[in-house]
Amino acid sequence: MPFTDHFIEIDGCRTHYRRGGKGSPLVFMHGAGGMPIVLPFMEKLAQRFDVIVPDHPGYGQSGEPEWLENIHDVAYFYLDFLARLELERVVLVGNSMGGWMAMEIAVRNTAPIASIVLVSPAGVRAEGAEPADIFLLPQEDMTRRLFHDQRFAEARLAVPETPESIDLALKNRHTTARLAWEPRLHDPMLPKWLHRIDVPVSIVWGAQDRILPVGIGHELKRLLPKAELKIFESCGHLPQVEKMEEFCDHVVRFACR
Amino acid sequence: MQIVLFHLMPYADLDLAEGRKNGTVWVTLPNRNFDPEKGHRLYNRYLDELEYGEALGFDVLAVNEHHQTAYGLMPSPIVTASALARRTKKAKIAILGSALPLRSHPLMVAEEHAMIDVISGGRLITGFVRGIGAEYHTFGVNPTFSHDRFHEAHDLIVRAWTEPGPFAFHGHHYNVQYVNLWPRPYQKPHPPIWIPSQGSKETIDWASHPDRRYTYLQTFSPVKVVQRYLKSYRDTCAAYGYQAEDRQLGWAVPVYVGETDASARAEAKQHFEAFRNVFVKMPLEMLLPPGYTSRESLKNVMKAKAQMFGDVTIEQALELGLFVCGSAETVTKAFEGYWGEMRFGNLLVMCQFGTLPADLTRANMERFARGVMPRLKAL
Repeated sequence: MPFTDHFIEIDGCRTHYRRGGKGSPLVFMHGAGGMPIVLPFMEKLAQRFDVIVPDHPGYGQSGEPEWLENIHDVAYFYLDFLARLELERVVLVGNSMGGWMAMEIAVRNTAPIASIVLVSPAGVRAEGAEPADIFLLPQEDMTRRLFHDQRFAEARLAVPETPESIDLALKNRHTTARLAWEPRLHDPMLPKWLHRIDVPVSIVWGAQDRILPVGIGHELKRLLPKAELKIFESCGHLPQVEKMEEFCDHVVRFACR
Repeated sequence: MQIVLFHLMPYADLDLAEGRKNGTVWVTLPNRNFDPEKGHRLYNRYLDELEYGEALGFDVLAVNEHHQTAYGLMPSPIVTASALARRTKKAKIAILGSALPLRSHPLMVAEEHAMIDVISGGRLITGFVRGIGAEYHTFGVNPTFSHDRFHEAHDLIVRAWTEPGPFAFHGHHYNVQYVNLWPRPYQKPHPPIWIPSQGSKETIDWASHPDRRYTYLQTFSPVKVVQRYLKSYRDTCAAYGYQAEDRQLGWAVPVYVGETDASARAEAKQHFEAFRNVFVKMPLEMLLPPGYTSRESLKNVMKAKAQMFGDVTIEQALELGLFVCGSAETVTKAFEGYWGEMRFGNLLVMCQFGTLPADLTRANMERFARGVMPRLKAL
């Protein structure tokens, strides 16, 4: 199932997204590391959905708009993005930073959204579940911490760096700092308004997440009492990579019920 | 040339093995390593050393700001500068500098500096810095807004010092309905402003601008790097259409003067190496958080990583001009040579560094003041 590259100007930001597959629209919001390539889970989901994977403003091949100062800017941008692509009944799936963005979008307006899958999202904090210091960890440690099964980390670390991949990583890291340095990886105001999310929500977490510990997932379940919480065993911060099959089955089952 | 005695006030009693084990004495070194009784003795010893600097004839006594580190025990240089303001009479007092983006309200900086200027009768030299990368980790201030906050805080402070109050200030980061400073600074239009930096094009462009002409200080860098940036400052001034005065340039460097070259090296070695290889050291991620520098500068540092983050011996440091050490004659000749090439109007000497104890620090200060300073002042 081939993905094609698209560029569109939204709010003065040249925005890159990949699109592939047929079915109901599914927008996947990537995490702090960006989404430089088409991953197997995207291909798999594209068998059932019209999968749209944007590079967030300030990430990947998208522009770095002057107005990008905080997570709220991202939320308003994406409401414009969904409107501009005339997407309705969207399945919104977000991992880590992308999950945080999904919540910030949804507390503002769920009209274009059918359901939400939050995959180890940032955005809220939980007592006793401190996130890893993603800005202080050396790159290799960071990669290792993403996964429970270290074979995934080894595979990533084996990919040689190129000048382009270094530039991209620095750009993504800069934007993540801009959005999530302080307060660290959460918005203290968000819990006040989570009750506004009036569409079905599934929270997905890896039991061995060493970036955002699963305790945050339990706190989020408390804040979103109607949401379901699905925990993958033997899994780190990226269930869509580490438990690809189970993850995709879960999304299909949840979104198509 | 104006000679400045610059003190970092390190926690010289640090268990160096602990510092090495932790990989850095910044941000994460547990504060159980700080003993308040030792701290009490160190603060008073260091303040005595600065006061002694006035007696020895240094033109300026300088303090600076660092947070949550054994590298320097001055989270507030205001405290040490205030103590000096009352205990000294002639020497200027330089705060190099206040870390503007780390302070939640720039008016506090404007007020505190104005107080010291008034108390000291106009002896204050103000410095503004952004704080180093590690301090964005310790304070949680977003480094991607560092430049913006620095510039806006600077504008607010200078306006507060110079414009009749009350007036309103509307910025992006700071909003104040009534800017109306009591006290106003003693010096007119305001204390001189110095900008310490490790060297960046953005800082040089900004500091040298004809509206500002701030004194630019290159801190603790190999002499080739000092030459490059001081030249870059002069070139930038020329491009702005004016010739830089020598007083606009300064160099901050650790110095040790001994009876002979050999004894100087032998006395300084372990203390300098502790400074360079324990107190200064931190990982790249700590030194340069995202947005603290441009991504181009960050990539240049990544390329030079092995050289910057490895250990340096005193011999290598002398070769690099990272440290100036020897007999009074050797040190004088070295600085005369450097001055001939760079014409910096301010030399900031760090006579205490790392673990250098009180007796060696005083002997160093005395030999520098008697054997080196007179000829440099005449330049």
